Amino acid sequence: MTTALRERAAGRTRATGAARPGRRRRGRPVALFLAPFLVPFAALYLAPIGYTIYQSLFRMHRSGLGLTAPTQVFAGLSNYATALGDADFRGSLLRVLLIGLVQVPLMLLFALGLALLLDARTTLFKRFFRLAFFLPYALPGVVGAIMWSYLVAPGLSPISAAARHLGLHLALTSNAMLAPTIGNMLTWGWTGYNMLIIYSALQAIPAELSEAATMDGCSAFGIAWRIKVPLVRPALVLTTVFSIIGTAQLYNEPAILHNVAPNLPSTYTPIYAAYDAVNANNFNAAAAESVILALLAFVLSFGFLKLVQRRGGAL
Amino acid sequence: MTTRQSLSRWLVLGVLLVTSVYFLAPVWWLLVSSTKTNADLFSGNGFWFSRFALLDNVHQVFAQQGGIYWQWLANSALYAVGGATVSTLIAAMAGYALAKYRFRGRELTFNSILAAVLVPQPLLAVPLYLMFSQIHLVNTYWAVLLPSMVSPFGVYLARIYAGSSVPDEIIEAGRIDGAGEFRIFATIALRVMSPALVTIFLFQFVAIWTNYLLPVLMLANDHLQPVTVGIVGWQAQRGIGASAVPFNIVITAAAISAIPLVVLFLSLQRFWRSGLTAGSTK
Repeated sequence: MTTALRERAAGRTRATGAARPGRRRRGRPVALFLAPFLVPFAALYLAPIGYTIYQSLFRMHRSGLGLTAPTQVFAGLSNYATALGDADFRGSLLRVLLIGLVQVPLMLLFALGLALLLDARTTLFKRFFRLAFFLPYALPGVVGAIMWSYLVAPGLSPISAAARHLGLHLALTSNAMLAPTIGNMLTWGWTGYNMLIIYSALQAIPAELSEAATMDGCSAFGIAWRIKVPLVRPALVLTTVFSIIGTAQLYNEPAILHNVAPNLPSTYTPIYAAYDAVNANNFNAAAAESVILALLAFVLSFGFLKLVQRRGGAL
Repeated sequence: MTTRQSLSRWLVLGVLLVTSVYFLAPVWWLLVSSTKTNADLFSGNGFWFSRFALLDNVHQVFAQQGGIYWQWLANSALYAVGGATVSTLIAAMAGYALAKYRFRGRELTFNSILAAVLVPQPLLAVPLYLMFSQIHLVNTYWAVLLPSMVSPFGVYLARIYAGSSVPDEIIEAGRIDGAGEFRIFATIALRVMSPALVTIFLFQFVAIWTNYLLPVLMLANDHLQPVTVGIVGWQAQRGIGASAVPFNIVITAAAISAIPLVVLFLSLQRFWRSGLTAGSTK
């Protein structure tokens, strides 16, 4: 009975795929199911992307005396040239690139190490540690950033106070310390999230694999490195791509840190710089900067994916 | 157990303990600080209590600026509940259609939704602001509610879950019984998909509650702002004339605003993990 039903269902699925009477009948429900999502999706996701690209190709032209309203004129790629010629904007791109190159690998290694330790058979209090590591992600990012801004603020920082007891002078918001301070805020906030993704992938590995390796005399470290790490590669790739995109859109942490560290410039990250341009009513410049940043994030994350795919074939 | 094994066991425990201090100590500092007077924040051990002023701080938070903190919490709840409810429903419908019907352009539709998951959100906020200002939506509830109703990640989760958990046989049986397509979805598929719906709702609720960038651009009127924007506004007002907001108020307000999320997180842990796992198995 069930077999017959399944066969009929399978036949029907095939039939709906081809041009059969059933297809026209189902065409309408499909549109009705999809429209409530696709219409707002087009208006609130696709349209802003198109609008940004369009705006980046124009500029406001003001007549000499400023008596008439400014008109929008086609500017070709000149907004892009201006953005790339701007030392502040180039500096902001370089800054997130450097933060990403140092912070992302450190954070993911940290997350991988914690996930492997939590996955090891003999580890105690796993549940408690998992909760503790994930807690920062459960706090709103803004609350985490406000908290850290006070933890490093001159005069208020308990970390600097502890250093003073040891006879050290530690100014965590000085120019040289801004990047490490922000890197620490990101690591604190996102390690647990990445750890949980990797840990979930580790949990899906059949226990027999590790048991067989143990029988063959493989050490716990060897099992982790030779068996578990290669098997959770997809999770590592995913967390890396998410981290690259996350670093590209860095804004909350520096913007909130700025409230206790006035020396942090308002062009610290590309998004921050683009918002600065919006506040100065120069949306065309902001649009060009946004497109450059989006392209860079896309090239880096996509390039990374291609790189690991090619390597994956060789492994 | 050999001595070497027990040694490595203690070593692992030590490493994990030190790491949990790194993750928990800042939160502990926030909790301890929310019980202190403004003056005590600047003296003594930051990680231990002095005069206990928590109730007084809470009272001050809700009295500051004419009690606007209540309104901020209510606004956050409105944005998060409204946005997450609508986005969960439309994502469920779209994900179900993408999983269970075959039609031309299905893969293209799904792939563009998937690509949208990877678009950095802050990049959308600025053009949305300009588009909304042209149709006079800026500085209204809709300016934050409308963008919160679209969750490409939700559609992705819904499609994966519908594809693996709603059997074709049930749909076919419903059709044989004469039920319409929408009725089959509403009475059968939605029920089967309910664990995924909780996950989608949870992720979207948290994303909206913690969102700062979109509302800070859209809402200049502080009576419409969610709690994240409100608190950062207070933090930025520190030390400027009579309107200055003391540190103890900002710290206590920040701690209170995190409570709903911590409660959600602890009570719905299962759904958190299923959402994160779905992301890593594609």
